[in-house]
Amino acid sequence: MMAVARRLLRSDEEAEDAVQDAFLSAFRSIDAFRADARLSTWLHRIAANAALMRLRSRSRRNETPIEEFLPNFDESEHFAHQPKQWEKSADDVIEDEELRARVRAAIDRLPDNYRTVLVLRDIEEFSTREAADLLEVSPNAVKIRLHRARLALRQLIDTELREVSA
Amino acid sequence: MMTCRELVEFLMDYTSGDLPPDEHQSFETHLALCPPCVEFMRTYQETIRMGKCACTDLDSPVPDTVPRRLVEAILAARKGEPSAS
Repeated sequence: MMAVARRLLRSDEEAEDAVQDAFLSAFRSIDAFRADARLSTWLHRIAANAALMRLRSRSRRNETPIEEFLPNFDESEHFAHQPKQWEKSADDVIEDEELRARVRAAIDRLPDNYRTVLVLRDIEEFSTREAADLLEVSPNAVKIRLHRARLALRQLIDTELREVSA
Repeated sequence: MMTCRELVEFLMDYTSGDLPPDEHQSFETHLALCPPCVEFMRTYQETIRMGKCACTDLDSPVPDTVPRRLVEAILAARKGEPSAS
């Protein structure tokens, strides 16, 4: 529960408060818990919801627009900058603490509307429908934001990897 | 002929197998002729794996028995009884 709250809020202190909210919410709605459901899944969802409620209530940070991180194309619709092969892989991320920190920092640079979708879908592995319910948007909006978030994260990681190999 | 911009637009649907057959064919035709798009797709897929791997160490596995005891304690508290633990 702490992990999902921390990823969404990017603050240990706020994540602890969100988990406290989540336990209170679980206490109040324990009657809604179905015996056939997995308890950890139910609590996971409640923690994500509590974190998102806190995120909505806090003032927006100064964010870079997502368009800054999306790929550019020339007038013939080809890449303006040719994509290059990466020298690092996900396996390297597991092994290398510095690289892991860089990828996490890249995720944190995404605007909140996109970061939350990416965290819920690709990291917490909620379904499109579950993420849509948690974010109070349509499943189609989740799909569009997720794709843009992945494209932006790809660009940010690409920049990080160039710095690492420079 | 699909352009690189269009390929990027439909990349998520392609990788999740949601493209209609006609567009799927156009997509594959473009990939066969365009190494930059092949590389872009590889790095897009690696991005998803890297994001997941970068965050996994924050997880500490919690055995199901721990929250189960928590629920039992909550239920006991609601009944005004001391919990079993």
